[in-house]
Amino acid sequence: MKKLLILGAGTAGTMMLNKLANELDSSEWSITIVDQFETHYYQPGFLFIPFGIYNKKDVIKPKRDFFPTGVEVIVSGIDKIEPKENRVLLQNNQVLTYDYLIIATGTKIRPEETEGMMGELWHKNIFDFYTVEGAIALADFFKRWEGGKLVLNITEMPIKCPVAPLEFVFLADSYFTERGIRDKVDIHFVTPLPGAFTKPKASSILGDFLTKKNIHLTPDFSLARVDNENKKIVSWDETEIPFDVLVTIPTNMGDDVIERSGMGDELNFIPTDKQTLMVEGYDNIFAIGDCTNLPSSKAGSVAHFESDILFENFLDVIEGRKPRAKFDGHANCYIESGFGKGILIDFNYDTEPLPGKFPLPGVGPFSLLEETKMNHYGKVMFRWMYWNLLLKGKELPIESNMSMAGKRL
Amino acid sequence: MSTIEIAGKTLELDADGNLANLSDWNEDVARELAKGEGIEELTDRHWQVINYMRKVYQENGDAPSIRKLTKESGVDTKELYSLFPKGPAKKSAKIAGLPKPKGCI
Repeated sequence: MKKLLILGAGTAGTMMLNKLANELDSSEWSITIVDQFETHYYQPGFLFIPFGIYNKKDVIKPKRDFFPTGVEVIVSGIDKIEPKENRVLLQNNQVLTYDYLIIATGTKIRPEETEGMMGELWHKNIFDFYTVEGAIALADFFKRWEGGKLVLNITEMPIKCPVAPLEFVFLADSYFTERGIRDKVDIHFVTPLPGAFTKPKASSILGDFLTKKNIHLTPDFSLARVDNENKKIVSWDETEIPFDVLVTIPTNMGDDVIERSGMGDELNFIPTDKQTLMVEGYDNIFAIGDCTNLPSSKAGSVAHFESDILFENFLDVIEGRKPRAKFDGHANCYIESGFGKGILIDFNYDTEPLPGKFPLPGVGPFSLLEETKMNHYGKVMFRWMYWNLLLKGKELPIESNMSMAGKRL
Repeated sequence: MSTIEIAGKTLELDADGNLANLSDWNEDVARELAKGEGIEELTDRHWQVINYMRKVYQENGDAPSIRKLTKESGVDTKELYSLFPKGPAKKSAKIAGLPKPKGCI
C-alpha cells in the first residue's frame, strides 16, 4: 500500500482529496487527511457578513459533507512535519508516515504582530473581517453606528484575497447610502501599495472607482502601530490617520506548524516551485493554496487552478516521470462593487488584469475591469458552485491556465 | 527600454525602473541612484542595508522582503523607514542595483 497524506482540509486540501480519491486505485493507495477543525468556512462570504447580506449559517458547513468515502480523516492539530523522515507528528500524539505529502495548511491573520492592534479597542472599534468572529462583531457594530471616520487598512503584503479590502469599501459605500447616512460616513482606504491594487492597469482603473465613489485613498502607508487611546493608526514614518472605526487586514502568515518544521520563509510560507507546485528540495512533497510562497494571489480561484496542475503533476511523479504541467499564476476574481454590481479581473504571473469580455471574446457574459450587474450575479452564483462543484473536485467551465481570448491590450 | 545617464555612461533600466544589468552597478552608481530616490547622502547605515541586500540577492536570486531585512540586516524597521522613506525594501533594492523584490507584488 502506498500512502498519500494531505495536511489541511480547507479549500485546497479538500479539492485535492476529492480529485485524487476519485483517481487513485483504492487497492493500492491509502489516503489520509488531517485538519484540526470540523467546520468548513466559505471564506468569500465573510465579506458580506458586516453588511447583513450573509449571516453565520450562510458560510458554514461540516467538513465531513465534503469528504469522499474510503479515506481516513483525522481531526487533530499538527505538531511537526519531518520531511527528511517522511513523517508527520500530530498533536494527538499520533505519528503518520507517508510516501507522498500534500501541504495545504493555508494562511492566518496575525493581529498580534502589530503593536496595539489587539489593544482595548479590538472587536470594539477595531475589527477584522477575515474571521467569522470579526465579521460578526463588525456587523453588530455597524447596525448601531451613526457615522464618522471609517478607515480600512492593509497592514502588509501579501494578504489572502487582495481584492477583498476594495470590495469592503465599495460595499460600505453602498450600505451606508442605503441606510441614508453616507454623508455622515467618511470612508478611507489605506494601503502599503503605491495604488489601489497590485498591478498597474487594474490599480489605475480601480483607483478611479474609489474616486467616483468618494472613497479617500492613502497609498504607501506601512502600519507601525495602532494608538488605541487617541484612535489613530501610525505608519513607520510617523504619518497618522485618525479613525472612529478601524477595519484592518492584519499581517498574514502561514501556519505555525510550518515554522516548527523549519520549512517556511520569514512569513512561514513554503518555498514552492511556482510552475510544478513541488516543495523546493523534495521530490515527494507538494504544496497548494495559501500556504505557498508563490508570487500569485492567495485566493480560492488560484487554489482551484493549482489543483488541476497539481493533479496532473502528482500522477506524473507517482509513475516516475518528471512533472510536466506548469502553473501560470492564473487568478480570476469577482469584485463586488456595491449597488448590485461587480467587476471581474482575470490575470496570471505575466499578464496583468486587462479590460475585455470573459470567458467568450466579444460576448462575455462577464465584462473585465468594468462594473456590471452580470459580474455581480457571477459572484452570487459562485457560492453554489463552491459548495456543489469546486470542493468536490468537479470540473468547472474555466480553463486552469489563463487565456488571452477576449482581452484588450 | 528606458535608460539612465550616470557619470557619462548610459545604463539600461527594467520595467520597474531598476538597473537591468547587475554588472553596471558600483558604489558611485549607487550614490547617483540614491539621489534619484531623494537620498542625498549614503551613510554607513545605508551601506549596511545595501550590502546586506546584495549579499542575499547573490545567495538566493531574490532581494529580501522588509521582514527579512528587519530580522537579519541589523537595522530595525523604524530605522529602515527613516533611512529609505516610504519603501525600504523597494528603495534599497533599487539603490543596490537589484530588481524589485518579488515579495513587493
